[in-house]
Amino acid sequence: MTAQRDDTLAAGAVTAPRSSATGKVSASDVSVFYGEKQALFDVSLDMPDRMVTALIGPSGCGKSTFLRCINRMNDTIPGARVNGRIIIDGEDVNDRQVDPVLLRARVGMVFQKPNPFPKSIFENVAYGPRIHGFATSKSELADIVESSLKRAGLWKEVSDRLLAPGTSLSGGQQQRLVIARAIAVSPEVILMDEPCSALDPIATAKIEELIDDLRSQYCIVIVTHSMAQAARVSQRTAFFHMGAVVEAGATDEIFTNPRDTRTQDYITGRFG
Amino acid sequence: MLIWIALLGLILFSAASYAAGRRKVLSAAGHRPSLLHSLPGYYGAYLALWAAAPAALVLLLVSLMGAQVEELILRGDPPAAVSSLPASTQDVFYNDVVATVNDGQVSQTVYDGALGDAFNAKLVQAKDIHRNLTAAALSLAFVLALAGAAAAWPRLSADFAARPRVERWVAALFLACAVVAVLTTVGIVASLVWESWRFFQVVPLFEFLFGMTWDPQIAIRADQVASSGAFGAVPLFMGTFLIMMIAMTVAAPVGLFAAIYLSEYAGATTRAVVKPLLEILAGIPTVVYGFFAALTVGPLFRGFFNSLGAPLLGGPFDALGLYLMQVQNQMALVAGAVMGIMLIPFVSSLSDDIINAVPQSLRDGSLAMGATRSETITRVIMPAALPGVMGALLLAVSRAIGETMIVTMAAGLQARATINPLDTVTTVTVQIVTLLTGDQEFDSPKTLSAFGLGLTLFLITLMLNIVALRIVQRYREQYD
Amino acid sequence: MTDAALTPAQAAKARARTEAEARLKRRYRAEARFRLYGRAAIILALTFLVVLLGRIGLQGYSTFVDYRVSLPVQVDANRVNLADLGGSNFNLMVAESALAMLGEEDDPYGQASSQMMSILSGDLGFQVLDRLRADPSLVGQTITVQGPMKANASLYYKGQISRDTEVGGRLLSDRQLDWLDELRDQGRVTGGFNWTFLSRSDSTEPEQAGVLGAVIGSAMMLFVTALLAAPIGVLAATYLEEFAPKNRWTDVIEVNINNLAAVPSIIYGLLGLAVFINWLAIPRSSPLLGGLVLALMSLPTIIIATRSALRAVPPSIREAALAVGASRTQTVFHHVLPLAMPGMMTGVILSLAHALGETAPLLMIGMVSFVPGVPETLTSAATVLPVQIFIWENASERAFHERTAAAIIVLLVFMVLMNLVAVILRRRFERRW
Repeated sequence: MTAQRDDTLAAGAVTAPRSSATGKVSASDVSVFYGEKQALFDVSLDMPDRMVTALIGPSGCGKSTFLRCINRMNDTIPGARVNGRIIIDGEDVNDRQVDPVLLRARVGMVFQKPNPFPKSIFENVAYGPRIHGFATSKSELADIVESSLKRAGLWKEVSDRLLAPGTSLSGGQQQRLVIARAIAVSPEVILMDEPCSALDPIATAKIEELIDDLRSQYCIVIVTHSMAQAARVSQRTAFFHMGAVVEAGATDEIFTNPRDTRTQDYITGRFG
Repeated sequence: MLIWIALLGLILFSAASYAAGRRKVLSAAGHRPSLLHSLPGYYGAYLALWAAAPAALVLLLVSLMGAQVEELILRGDPPAAVSSLPASTQDVFYNDVVATVNDGQVSQTVYDGALGDAFNAKLVQAKDIHRNLTAAALSLAFVLALAGAAAAWPRLSADFAARPRVERWVAALFLACAVVAVLTTVGIVASLVWESWRFFQVVPLFEFLFGMTWDPQIAIRADQVASSGAFGAVPLFMGTFLIMMIAMTVAAPVGLFAAIYLSEYAGATTRAVVKPLLEILAGIPTVVYGFFAALTVGPLFRGFFNSLGAPLLGGPFDALGLYLMQVQNQMALVAGAVMGIMLIPFVSSLSDDIINAVPQSLRDGSLAMGATRSETITRVIMPAALPGVMGALLLAVSRAIGETMIVTMAAGLQARATINPLDTVTTVTVQIVTLLTGDQEFDSPKTLSAFGLGLTLFLITLMLNIVALRIVQRYREQYD
Repeated sequence: MTDAALTPAQAAKARARTEAEARLKRRYRAEARFRLYGRAAIILALTFLVVLLGRIGLQGYSTFVDYRVSLPVQVDANRVNLADLGGSNFNLMVAESALAMLGEEDDPYGQASSQMMSILSGDLGFQVLDRLRADPSLVGQTITVQGPMKANASLYYKGQISRDTEVGGRLLSDRQLDWLDELRDQGRVTGGFNWTFLSRSDSTEPEQAGVLGAVIGSAMMLFVTALLAAPIGVLAATYLEEFAPKNRWTDVIEVNINNLAAVPSIIYGLLGLAVFINWLAIPRSSPLLGGLVLALMSLPTIIIATRSALRAVPPSIREAALAVGASRTQTVFHHVLPLAMPGMMTGVILSLAHALGETAPLLMIGMVSFVPGVPETLTSAATVLPVQIFIWENASERAFHERTAAAIIVLLVFMVLMNLVAVILRRRFERRW
């Protein structure tokens, strides 16, 4: 940790205990190649526990690519190659010993477009616990489903129709269902890839509220295109540009007093 | 022949009309095409169309229907010597008259006495009719061509909208081509229904659908009552069903797993190699599969079962051993297994398309939950793709039921109601082939029964196809 | 650390971890199993392909080698009646000359000569007849003729009939085998490429049977099919894709075409029989009739294939043309059709290749007849390659099985060529939008 970073951290520590700011997830010198093309250049970033870290930047700047490194979803793309280290709780996710299947159970992910499985609401949430064998009985499974839906703030709306197909919900409800599905396996980190870009403002507000609630229990990393959203929900912000991190620090700091002119141009809307 | 020459003349005439029409509007516009409503060629085409189309229609109708009309007129007033004959002999008589006129094949009947006079009279009459009809058609075509051109000629002027009118003709031609497909269906349904209707007048529908004995050979005996049970199609339906089930047992799992592997596991190189190879398998003609079944798989299977039966002889399973020793080359298992191989690429390519249509986001969602690939496939992708896959399998079933060559060459001819795959069975398609190859009298119930079978086959496959295509369609729309 | 030292919480955690590990192992085993099924399915399918093609290749390749014998024939003047040349038994004369050459004589019952005749092709006798017709002065002299052996004799030379087989199960007697060995040792027999197979038509004698008639028949039939199905199919597809209003009638046509494409091919044979033969009186077994039936059969697939080629032309092209004032027809003819042409041609060729291999509907319209010559016109009786295969497969002689496989090879070569043309068209002109 450099001296320069320390004071930005101090600013971020207003909303969270300083000890967790050392980084639940810590990336150093991460580069990603798709075949010959390099998409990420030596990205280093700390994402503290019980905080929301927002990744902002113009389209195609590598935010989502970086996000997909954290749960190794890039493995599923043929020809993708990841260099560098991403440490979660002292363990390098790219280590050979680390099993991507178990890793993804610890690192949940929410996608841009809500993607409920073509199954019932109950089965959608029960999917993770089932494949990972978390529940030993039906009632236990039902408990997990209920508590996940409650935490995702969806229980009241769907408790009477758990067997309805997940696709019958509205867009915002679907996205909360997907979040419930992700937290049903009790992850430690939740990655969100523009979770509100396909939603209307009211649904967006609900998701943002939910993210704020979830912050108390998880390390959340969110990619967003909306400056306002980043300012509203996140405690820390990293600005990506052309596959590299230009600037990272406490959200207040980045938005009120950016150190880099490119950051300033971007958040004031001069490009992007 | 004369008709074709007339057609050639018509083409020349309409070509001349094209040139004339083009010249007329150009000179009317003072050789400045920009003053014309349409390009000059459109005026020529307009004139040429009016000159050629009505006349060509007449010529075409005459060449297609002329023979029928001539025969109808010929039968108009039958001489007493002819009308006293039985209907089938009358048919032979008239066929011979027509054949003599056209230098065709004549039956060996000798016409003498009153019949001989009638024959010669009719011969003269037939020649007359033919000459008159041809002359009438040709002159009608001639008049129509001239009248068409004459009617269109005065309309050609600089501000005449020729292009939209010509384009309407073109659109009509296009539509006519699309209608050919509908006419094919109408033709299929009409011919099947008409001949089947004649069949069901001899053999009751109930007998046909639920009768347990199929032996059409007996029924051609003159004293045989055709409806005595020889046309019970149940054994054929069972044979068809048995072979279809065996084929699907081979094709469904292999084809599905091949599709899953290709779309979910295989790299780009594997796909680039395997897919064309599967297409080759799909492109091999069915007669080749039939040859393979009859001369390679059949003897192989028989040898296997015979050697399986040999040690059982004399033991407690003597009867079974004896049965296995008597298994023949032609059995349901051979035809079914080879048909299954044939259907593998069909099932796999259809399922491949359907699995690929499942959105990537569902895969990502499942993998991001920490599911393995196989869990993602069995719990998310296949449930999502299930309706489409069912549709694909139904289409394969329809193919299996309608497949002809493999069963003709490898299944056999014995109509037996059995579900034993080692038995020789026969199918609907095999019987159609057997009944209609070789010499046939068109009115015997034996021949007509082939159309009854054809109608059944058509209706069953049609229902399967409609259901399957609708399922696949719905499925595609869901993920569009 | 011993077990006793574990607190209950720690113990539970440790148990949970081993359980999770065991579970993960199970899951990965299931994964490996699943993958194996997939791979096995692919390998199985490809094995079938290799076995099928390999088996046919092995059965058929020997047809392309053929053994010919050259024999001096003593033309006995006493047994030739110059006034009626065709009435003389030249086959017997050839057989006796062959016996004489091998130092043997015919027996009173004619057994030796008839055995000899069944290893030498009847073609040799015809050659003697032809030579005498051309030059009657050859009577009484010795002339040398060269011609094929009977198919069974060729099979022996190819090693497909073995001396080790019991006499009862063998197609040739010991005496015939001795003669064959002797003829070979004398250098009278030469092996070479079997041109007969490619230059002759069907015959009752396997060694004189060839595929030429069937190839020509197939070509004529395919010509009719292409002439009808290609333009009608392309125009119908263009109408449906570019002109048709979206209403109930076009929906009916569309559903109709999709269903027609899945109608069993044998039904088209019934249609041909009922409509084309019985109603329109088109001659049975003719390439014209076969072409008509196959044209109707391939029409739906051609329409479907050409429609997808038209759909691949982006709407922006159409809009651009319409925007500069072209009519819909002009847009279609000037822009859409030329751009879609390679794709449409590919679809048409592939459909025609499929029609080339079609057999079932042709059986319905009387094509299963023995046609020993090359069809001369579109309305004369003809046979086609797939039907020829079907006919030969039914023949009882073993030599015909070999020829069946060889005819399949010829058919597959033509199909591969057509597919190759389609692939080249696609590669050469394919445009990615």
